[in-house]
Amino acid sequence: MNSMISHHDGTKTQRRSNLRALVPSWLNRPLLWFFPLSFLLVLFFYPFFRILAYSFNVSTLTTDNLNFAISVLFFTFYQAVLSTLLTLLIGLPSAYLFARFDFPGKSLLRALTAVPFMLPTVVVAAGFSALLGARGWINLTLMNSFGLSAPPIQFVGTLGAILLAHVFYNTTIVTRVVGNALYHLDPKLEQAARSLGASSRRVWWNVTLPLLRPSILAASLLVFLFDFTSFGVILLLGGPRFSTLEVAIYTQALQFLNLPLAALLAFIQLFCTLVFSILYTRVVERSAVQTAPRSAESNVRKAKTPNEKFFIIALCLLLFALFILPMFALPLRSVSRLDADRAQLGPIQTGLTMDYYSALFVNVRGSIFYVPPFDAALNSLLYASATIVLSLLLGFPAASALARPGRLEKILDPILILPLGASAVTLGLGFIISFGRLLTVPWLVPLAHTLVALPFVIRTLQPALASIPDRLRQAAASLGASPFRVWRNVDWPILRRATLSAATFAFTISLGEFGATSLLTRPDDPTIPIAIYRFLSQPGGLNYGQAMAMATILMALTTAGIFVIEKMRLPGAGEF
Amino acid sequence: MKRLLLFISIVLLLAACGPQQPAALTVMTHDSFAAGDSVIKAFEQTNNAKVTFVKSGDAGAALNKAILSKDAPLADVFYGVDNTFLSRALAAGIYQPYDSPALKNIPAEFQLDPTHQALPVDQSYVCVVYDKAYFASHNLAVPQTLEDLVKPEYKGLLVMENPATSSPGLVFLLATVKHFGDPNYLGFWKNLRQNGLTVVDGWETAYYTNFSGSSGKGPQPLVVSYATDPAAEVMGAQTPPPDSPVGVVLGPDTCFRQIEFVGILKGTKQLALAQKFVDFMLSAQFQADMPGQMYVYPVVPNITLPDAFTKYAQIPTQPATLSPDEIAKGRDGWIQAWTDAVLH
Amino acid sequence: MLELSNVSKTYDGQPLLRGISFTVDKAETICLLGASGSGKSTLLRMIAGLESPDAGGILWDGNDLASVPPHLRDFGLVFQDYALFPHLNVFDNVAFGLKMQNQSKEKINSRVAEVLEIVNLGEFENRKVTDLSGGEQQRVALARALAPRPRLLMFDEPLGALDRALREDLLNELRGILRRTGIPAIYVTHDQEEAFTIADRVLLLHDGLIVREGSPADVWANPESVWVAEFLGLGNVFEGLKVESLKVKTKFGVFAMKCGHKHQAGEKVHLLARPLAVEKEANMIRGRVRDVTFQSDRFKVTLDNGLFVYLDEAPKIGQKIEVEVKIECLG
Repeated sequence: MNSMISHHDGTKTQRRSNLRALVPSWLNRPLLWFFPLSFLLVLFFYPFFRILAYSFNVSTLTTDNLNFAISVLFFTFYQAVLSTLLTLLIGLPSAYLFARFDFPGKSLLRALTAVPFMLPTVVVAAGFSALLGARGWINLTLMNSFGLSAPPIQFVGTLGAILLAHVFYNTTIVTRVVGNALYHLDPKLEQAARSLGASSRRVWWNVTLPLLRPSILAASLLVFLFDFTSFGVILLLGGPRFSTLEVAIYTQALQFLNLPLAALLAFIQLFCTLVFSILYTRVVERSAVQTAPRSAESNVRKAKTPNEKFFIIALCLLLFALFILPMFALPLRSVSRLDADRAQLGPIQTGLTMDYYSALFVNVRGSIFYVPPFDAALNSLLYASATIVLSLLLGFPAASALARPGRLEKILDPILILPLGASAVTLGLGFIISFGRLLTVPWLVPLAHTLVALPFVIRTLQPALASIPDRLRQAAASLGASPFRVWRNVDWPILRRATLSAATFAFTISLGEFGATSLLTRPDDPTIPIAIYRFLSQPGGLNYGQAMAMATILMALTTAGIFVIEKMRLPGAGEF
Repeated sequence: MKRLLLFISIVLLLAACGPQQPAALTVMTHDSFAAGDSVIKAFEQTNNAKVTFVKSGDAGAALNKAILSKDAPLADVFYGVDNTFLSRALAAGIYQPYDSPALKNIPAEFQLDPTHQALPVDQSYVCVVYDKAYFASHNLAVPQTLEDLVKPEYKGLLVMENPATSSPGLVFLLATVKHFGDPNYLGFWKNLRQNGLTVVDGWETAYYTNFSGSSGKGPQPLVVSYATDPAAEVMGAQTPPPDSPVGVVLGPDTCFRQIEFVGILKGTKQLALAQKFVDFMLSAQFQADMPGQMYVYPVVPNITLPDAFTKYAQIPTQPATLSPDEIAKGRDGWIQAWTDAVLH
Repeated sequence: MLELSNVSKTYDGQPLLRGISFTVDKAETICLLGASGSGKSTLLRMIAGLESPDAGGILWDGNDLASVPPHLRDFGLVFQDYALFPHLNVFDNVAFGLKMQNQSKEKINSRVAEVLEIVNLGEFENRKVTDLSGGEQQRVALARALAPRPRLLMFDEPLGALDRALREDLLNELRGILRRTGIPAIYVTHDQEEAFTIADRVLLLHDGLIVREGSPADVWANPESVWVAEFLGLGNVFEGLKVESLKVKTKFGVFAMKCGHKHQAGEKVHLLARPLAVEKEANMIRGRVRDVTFQSDRFKVTLDNGLFVYLDEAPKIGQKIEVEVKIECLG
């Protein structure tokens, strides 16, 4: 039964022109690129390079500034490499766990591990502090049980906090991107290796990992870029002693108002991103293997051996400790009385309360900026849905073109990733000088979210698209399917899983996005993260409690959203 | 897909434009701006106007945006420049002067810009705020002066914001510059560092994660925050407590006065309405609404303050101040020197 | 019906096809036979519209198909690797083309049942295609191509992945189906047995050109060129010198034969010595037996001079033999 292994007797050129013949003239390659590229041009390159051109100044190139830039770059790079490696260390086994094993609570655990990805940094920092801070649960427990006078664990303000938070945020990228590839991997290849005398560990090293290399590299690059441009985590959990390029850009641009130096740093950051992206494209190109799509059910199974059971239980516990516990603090705090401790100053009520949730529905101070939580949630969901639609509409053509790379794609591939590695602060300033009053039109928000989501959507769709042999499309065409119906009846059902993954990325990115949204939304239509920040920007237990309640709503919404997307049975999907 | 996109953009454009408003006024502010719904509605009704607020990040970000969009202003009025950024705003020439008749009610000490480009709206005080419960339960005297903070009994008790990333952090640094003088202030900071100073990125972290007197219940009982916090904690509690859980250290120069300004952006097409809005912000109605919304003090005298303000908070009597020019000249250098002394 | 005129295609500056012309008539099965890399699959893809020729025309009933996209050509295509849709079951695979024609459910149901009956897969409707054996998958692929009643069927090495016995069975079945349905067909293969079994007409493709075209019997009897004779393995091909009008001198002896008029005395000619022993032939080859291999109903005998013949009985190794064979002039 080697029927599913596609047969190539044509050269690369032949395959490429197959597609050209298959696609009618109105949808040829330049047109595949037209919308994605115009989108990037207008929303990314134009504003970004305008602000660079506006603020860059040759006199900035002093030895002092360059030394400063290099030392910041070094730390940025150092922490990003460490974070990426750690993320892979947790993410790869998790990907394997989710792609290969069936166990109770799997869907929920998988959805929950994706939640951190969209939580605002302030909220995450609060969660970690509640768990690991000087007066966090773990330190208090340790102090009580061992009679210590000082907290034994120093967490906030350490490199460890930065690394842990990065792992917390980005593991889901590895789980999803690599898990997808694993899911589609033909188990016969592994069985063949086993029959050739390879132990399961050697199968993993010599067969599975090499086959997964493109997806691992793709995930690593995405994770690396997130860590490389990290901002909130560094500020909030790393503390002021650590500075990445993005933090330095922020301080230079918005506090010292030194735009030329900020522009220099932003340029360095963009240049590094470009170099990483090009390197990545080269490596992937050399290691890409076309594996035909196949029915994957046989891949997922229940644990059989004690080793497998141990693996599953241990990993689930680890994921629980790493992902669920810090997040657990939020819902817990949102229903606990949170007034400051008043000692002998008066009675303090402790216990459970729903006050913060009910307070969300009341405009306590009669503020003009009050927005009911339902509206904020609705805004968030509307933007998220628009982002899913837009990023898929733009991502599919780009991913289709990238799946059969030609000369054009080799150049465009790394460029598509750039928005992820570009300085958000700089881009924000670029938007100001480029769009002016257009900045406050509401539909700019999903466009900005799409800008962030697009690289993810493309990276998720591309390998799946590339894995579909052209012959399937040709067969469909010869049976009378128009290019659209080929896409609709062949590509789409086979890509359903990848599409859902891509949609999940778009959804979570949009739901959690804060920077661009705060720049672009009008105060009367905030998203949930914006509402959280509003509550947190003023003192008082009610504000804090409402922020925690909002964060809990955001978590619930995300978990539910991911759940729904994953469970969704799309029409025409058949039983694949 | 083309048609779909076209359709979407048409729908969105229609939704964005909507019916023509009588007179639209756009007001750019920093993120912390807040105002009462009824107050703004009253202004809109009186002037047949529709006011749109554009929140543009923290104070530094908002100012930067105003400067960058100078040639095609995003708004007609810009509120939120404080005395630490005032010189920068004036140097960039983003404002159009307006000698509002309302200025005559405002004491001269707030009118830092004689050209009337930036008009004072509110005042607030960055101070050292303490957790009453902590000091009571530890039988520890509350520090009274800046000098007290370096004493061993207060080791490890103070958390502050990084002056390079946060406005209250910067303002507190300015207070020490004023109090100890340049360069002696650095000696104070080196001692404070030895005494276990904690520095975090911004106010939210300092107050909610590190400060023990807030709902976050963090490890430090002293925080660099605002003089109005005692009132805010009471007003922002779900059941009003008999006393505020936090207090303010009101020693000499332990507080620094921050004044926030409003100005009309050059290039506005709604000059008359913009002027009316500035007058409105200086009017008794808006000035009385402000304290309860933003936890700041009015600049217009004899405004009735919310109960909690009079009960739990007081205006510092010996605040530190520096002129906008002094700040403009020294700021970046002080931040750099502070960073080298405290963080490295 | 289908007509190709002067179709050319170049890849990476190398001419792959250099002016191919042929026609396929009603109810006719033609076979494109050539070595791998000869461009026969490319030719098929161009007819299907999956690629376009650099020059020349592909016409159906006199109408140029250049601007007709593949899905509107109504040509069925069967691949060597079947290209079944892994996400659809047997029924949905077969029904695919009918759904593309937006046919009614009833019509689709009855047509799918009908074609599955034709390919002897009556009970397979609800099976997953990934669970089928290679032969079954190929039948599904054939049923899928047949279902929409294409005006032309094309097969690209359809049996290449199957074992020999299965291949023969399927080939005969396929021939029967093509005869019954009367659909014109183009069959691409590198296997001459397959080609000769199924084709009404064989086209040999070499070096970008059709070097020989004709019925299987005709091509077999008159290869007409050294390449065709060698490609088809028709016998011993060697060189000779024409010495006089009816005599050719070779290193294996002087043979008496007619060669075309065009050859003058002293010219080089190529000869084909068929390996079958024939009685009353004027020419014979001789040599010492070097090797004998058993081939079901006969023995292949290789001589020390490199020539080979088929004999009914096995001679001894080292024995000297003489065999009367037919020797033809290849020109």
